[in-house]
Amino acid sequence: MKRYSAFAIAREAARYHTGWERAWRAPEPQKKYDVIIIGAGGHGLATAYHLGKNHGIKNVAIIEKGWLGGGNTGRNTTIIRSNYLQDPSAAIYEKSRSLYETMSQDLNYNVMFSPRGVMMLAQTQHEIRGYQRTAHANALQGVQTEFIGPQKVKELCPIISIDGPRYPVLGALWQARGGTARHDAVAWGYARACSDMGMDILQRTEVTAIRRDGGKVVGVTTTKGDIDCDKLGIVVAGHSGHLADMAGFRLPIESVPLQALVSEPIKPCMDVVIMANTVHGYMSQSDKGEMVIGGGTDGHNNYTQRGSFHHVEETVRALIETFPMLSRLKMLRQWGGIVDVTGDRSPILSKTPVDGIFINCGWGTGGFKAIPGSGWAMADLMANGRSPLTDAFGLERFREGRFIDESVAAGVAH
Amino acid sequence: MELENLQREDVLMSTRLAAGGRLLNRGKSVRFEFNGKHLRGFDGDTLASALLANDQMLMGRSFKYHRPRGLVASGAEEPNGLVNLGKGGRFEPNARVTTTELFDGLTATSQNHWPSLDFDVGVVNNYAARFLPAGFYYKTFIQPRAAWKHVFEPFIRQSAGLGKAPKDRDVDTYEHFYAFVDVLIVGGGIAGLQAAKTAGASGAKVLLIEQTGHWGGRAPVDGAVIDGKSADDWINNTLDLLDKMENVQVRSRLMGAGIYDHGYALAHERLTDHAPSDDMPRHRLWRIRAKQIITATGAIERPLSFAGNDIPGVMLASAVRDYVVNYGVSAGDRTVVVTNNDDAYRTAIALKGAGLDVPLILDARASGGGALAEEAAALGIRIANGKAIASVKGGKRVTGVQVCAQAGEGAVLEEIACDAIAMSGGWSPVVHLWSHCGGKLIWDDAHAHFRPDADRAPTGADGEPFVSVTGGADGAMSFSGALANADETARHVSKRIGRKAKKATPPNADDVEMAPLAPVWKMPQGAGIKLRSKMWLDYQNDVKVSDVQLAAQEGFESVEHTKRYTTLGMATDQGKLSNINGLAVLADSLNEEIPQVGTTTFRPPYTPISMGSIAGEATGERFQPLRRTPLHDWHAGNGAYWEPVGHWRRPYCFQRSGESVEDAVQREVKATRDSLGLLDASTLGKIIVKGPDAGKFLDMLYTNMMSTLKPGRCRYGLMCSENGFLMDDGVVARIDEDTWLCHTTTGGADHIHAHMEEWLQTEWWDWQVFTANVTEQYAQIAVVGPNARNLLEKLGGMDVSADALPFMAWADGQIGGFDVRAYRISFSGELSYEIAVPASQGRAFWDALLEAGAEWQVTPYGTEALHIMRAEKGFIMIGDETDGTVIPQDLGLDWALSKKKNDYLGKRAQQRSHMADPDRWKLVGLETLDGSVLPDGAYATADGTNANGQRNTQGRVTSTYHSPTLGRGIAMGLVLNGPDRIGEVIDFPKTDGSIVKAKIVNPVFYDPEGEKQNV
Repeated sequence: MKRYSAFAIAREAARYHTGWERAWRAPEPQKKYDVIIIGAGGHGLATAYHLGKNHGIKNVAIIEKGWLGGGNTGRNTTIIRSNYLQDPSAAIYEKSRSLYETMSQDLNYNVMFSPRGVMMLAQTQHEIRGYQRTAHANALQGVQTEFIGPQKVKELCPIISIDGPRYPVLGALWQARGGTARHDAVAWGYARACSDMGMDILQRTEVTAIRRDGGKVVGVTTTKGDIDCDKLGIVVAGHSGHLADMAGFRLPIESVPLQALVSEPIKPCMDVVIMANTVHGYMSQSDKGEMVIGGGTDGHNNYTQRGSFHHVEETVRALIETFPMLSRLKMLRQWGGIVDVTGDRSPILSKTPVDGIFINCGWGTGGFKAIPGSGWAMADLMANGRSPLTDAFGLERFREGRFIDESVAAGVAH
Repeated sequence: MELENLQREDVLMSTRLAAGGRLLNRGKSVRFEFNGKHLRGFDGDTLASALLANDQMLMGRSFKYHRPRGLVASGAEEPNGLVNLGKGGRFEPNARVTTTELFDGLTATSQNHWPSLDFDVGVVNNYAARFLPAGFYYKTFIQPRAAWKHVFEPFIRQSAGLGKAPKDRDVDTYEHFYAFVDVLIVGGGIAGLQAAKTAGASGAKVLLIEQTGHWGGRAPVDGAVIDGKSADDWINNTLDLLDKMENVQVRSRLMGAGIYDHGYALAHERLTDHAPSDDMPRHRLWRIRAKQIITATGAIERPLSFAGNDIPGVMLASAVRDYVVNYGVSAGDRTVVVTNNDDAYRTAIALKGAGLDVPLILDARASGGGALAEEAAALGIRIANGKAIASVKGGKRVTGVQVCAQAGEGAVLEEIACDAIAMSGGWSPVVHLWSHCGGKLIWDDAHAHFRPDADRAPTGADGEPFVSVTGGADGAMSFSGALANADETARHVSKRIGRKAKKATPPNADDVEMAPLAPVWKMPQGAGIKLRSKMWLDYQNDVKVSDVQLAAQEGFESVEHTKRYTTLGMATDQGKLSNINGLAVLADSLNEEIPQVGTTTFRPPYTPISMGSIAGEATGERFQPLRRTPLHDWHAGNGAYWEPVGHWRRPYCFQRSGESVEDAVQREVKATRDSLGLLDASTLGKIIVKGPDAGKFLDMLYTNMMSTLKPGRCRYGLMCSENGFLMDDGVVARIDEDTWLCHTTTGGADHIHAHMEEWLQTEWWDWQVFTANVTEQYAQIAVVGPNARNLLEKLGGMDVSADALPFMAWADGQIGGFDVRAYRISFSGELSYEIAVPASQGRAFWDALLEAGAEWQVTPYGTEALHIMRAEKGFIMIGDETDGTVIPQDLGLDWALSKKKNDYLGKRAQQRSHMADPDRWKLVGLETLDGSVLPDGAYATADGTNANGQRNTQGRVTSTYHSPTLGRGIAMGLVLNGPDRIGEVIDFPKTDGSIVKAKIVNPVFYDPEGEKQNV
């Protein structure tokens, strides 16, 4: 792999950039791999990357139905934070956040991680108490957060209205080292690194069946033929239910569209990420200048990647209430992605009833921030059979009633 | 590299012509301001045409390289002409000049430059363009790590963005409209008009909408003759006809923005953008339910990709024609036309007709054009077939073109001086609306464009298509073709909704014979990398042919990858001009066919719509409905310090003048405990559950047995989710044999009612139970304190003695002349009655209580005093002691879990291993050793750390207050095996690391024997 640098750009500029090589290879599938990962989104690619980097497992294929990074990795609002309440959540999200800090250097690919700070507004007494609790929990979990007052909120984000009229801002939970990153770049950077380690990324290849020998996985059938493997990781977010069905087990998952939208680009006016759970919306400004806005999920399960417009109305309303200047901007584009949601709104990183099959899903509305940590933990789980980061996220927790419920801290969306 | 020509090129001008301009009212002059210059235009101008008339071709700077940008188009597809419009509360960034109608007093400034439009320091990016290809930022700015946040990102952010951020609060208003129609027709060109006529004649309810302020689309500009009349005559006749049809509504300045599932369409109306007013909303968002939708959205001309095609003065041929015909404005004095199809000859003919010079038409087709070419030749215009533009000369303005053969590599044959270039690469149907809800496209080789595939239309819930397409949007490239297509489509659509359109001959239009178009994606065909690096695809985002080729070379082969890697089509025009050209280049690079490469996803809205219109009326105080109890106004007038609770506002406390919030709370608690307090409890949920199976239903819903409750009695009940977690609590009263009244928490009222209905409608649909949420039908007032009974007895009417109305009983009666229902219940530990009266009597009853209670210093109290008193008494609060992870067993509420019932919601879940684990965090009281108040939400630490390096914990604070009754801090909390550890001292670190020590105690701090409440 030729390394990227300012020098490399200067060198290539001399020949009008005709010398750049492919960021990732486009191989034909082998007959067999040690590990197959289904799904070349952020989580799947990060899993493969860490299998190679942390565990030396490089005979890996990542199989993708469409184009890599084309699901929720390329559709989210790019927020990265780890100010979660429950210990298992804080552990994996903080691991993830810390990996984002050095991702550009680790991958030699600028993913534009921007630790500009994330704040979650408290607009009711109940939210104040909830976020104070999170601040206490975070202090013991090694996650740096603080509860700040309304004046500090206004200082950090001058375009916000803290005076209501309906829901004055009473304070906020502030994580200064949270932020955003360029979502596509995360997928591309991992893909380039995986390909460089010799892993095969098989795009436009659909898995149509999962083959078992008794209770153990032996391979998959794809639109490009049968491919064998020793271990199989299913990392497909919205379509996890389908893949589990192919493997012969069921998941406590529902799939719903989650929507987002952007405004037209304007000059910089907002340097932080703000989430307002009482009024229900969140917003940041991309490096390009667009206000990036996230909203709610549909009330009914479907796979349309569209969603119902009234959610957009509710979100925009909430944000105009919070940022009055937004009223005179224009919505440039709205879209949806299919998120997979569990009963406790926490992910599943787990062995499955089929020997050799592991599953990573259920990130719901908050998966982007978890990509590197999820990949790290999933690789550990697949290589060693368990990982301290995934122990609490097993499928058995639903049978045992050992839920990891984040509703207190996360409100509705995250 | 293209260096800017910094010389002022005075001889080159765009100007107003002496005559012409079918949309202008030359009798009415309009004043406006651009970058501080005072200028004049005419009524009917767009800001674009008025600026051109004032020789203002340079309008802004591009996103990445800050290259000078002039107008390219004349409509919604314009990528360059974006300005900061208006001032103060009417400021709007990124306003598109081509769709901004001119009005007197309009002010605009250009964007994305510093210090000025003419001299922009940011153009340094342009000189470095060779070092800034597609995706360069992914490959650099990597080291050192801290530099991204502190150096590179701030620089990139400042240089990106377009318009300025609005500063002031919006002074305009917005509203939502609803429409329900049989047929929605989007687009008021001749196809849309004809479709409305045909569909209207079938009797269907039709809504025809048009995004601009005028009708007829391109036909009048192109000189169509329909049924022997001029296009304008036919359009006016048709509008008159539609106006007479009562079932047809036509609206202009109303843009079809999006199509969603189930026939739902979104449209955006601009009411006052062309005439700002305080009397009307600015925009209106239409939410339309249509049985059938016809998109008659026309087509958009494509640019050609040649070196220097982004220099101001290079425009779409159709736009040059629009400015001449519609606005009487010439883009330049000498215009070279370059094309791969016949339509652009119309521009040459129109320019010639306006007395302007057309030195040359470059037709990339070796075989040349058809009848229009002959007409142009007859006017004396020189035509060069098989020729192309090698390069455009100029900096901030076109000064000439270098001509080459299209087939070659760009060897310059001659150089022609000119100040404008009119280009046409063919036409692309506007397929956005068709595609929003899943309509698929097919590639049309003859016209080299994608058009809707009628066999793969968006389908409704019945599986039948609900969107059709007609006219130019369907690829009909002639007037008569568009009219016939519109008539047929409307007839077909009418049939789909069960109506019959009368057979009539569609209008006939005179069409000229057109020679076939030849696809041209690069000009010249064999252009080398130097030329390709100067061929712009996306003018706003600075994406060139070489960038798309680089993306393909680096493996970004999916059209979505290419888009995201290069930012092609991601600008404010969303690729209306660039997408097809870009994916043709991509297909060529990949050696694939264009249809195999496919398009990116079309998403709403068609053009950007104001956020204000999306929010509609719901802003400020109207953001959400404000629920008011019957006592709301009294609270507001008596020092209420409000707390939002759901859509309600409840008094947190009542502040007296000079009193702090904390002092007010302490005073309210003391006054209530010592004598008499009143609480507005009207927000508590009140749900009637009635029917022969109501008892059975409530036994399933609550953990307690409710069917055995006697009429006249109350019982405190718990509700759990299916997962066993405590979700709500409240007092249930049995009203009669088959009627119960269930009190819920304030925040729980709506979702508990919904929860009940969900079970009744989806699982127990055969049970005979009805529910009604009567929360707002009653005012409910808690009369609390040692003098509570004295007050009620003073008002008189019903027996409220301990014998007649014992604890946990209720009775109907009269108090002080009011019809009441009195519940003898207590959430404070005091002698307490909750008195419900009809909502309309609430205020009068409250006033009567205040008046009669004066002798006991009656004190209204708020939610915080309520919370403190319940905590002193050890009563749990949903949302404090519970958070969705707590089961009744954790809270010492085992007594409320009926052992006699086979089942209730949550019972099975509570038997799971983790739930049944005896070692859980359980409710206790907590007392700090120093009497201070424990911090809210603090955790109790245990020894060591877990496998992930996190500090081990053994409990947490759930409620914490300063108790005025005890004169010290008290708290409730959940602690591992807490009730077995009474007396033990544990550590609660604050967020700053300092430790607060607290002793585990019984959670009932006040009157543990219940002597106060049971008197």
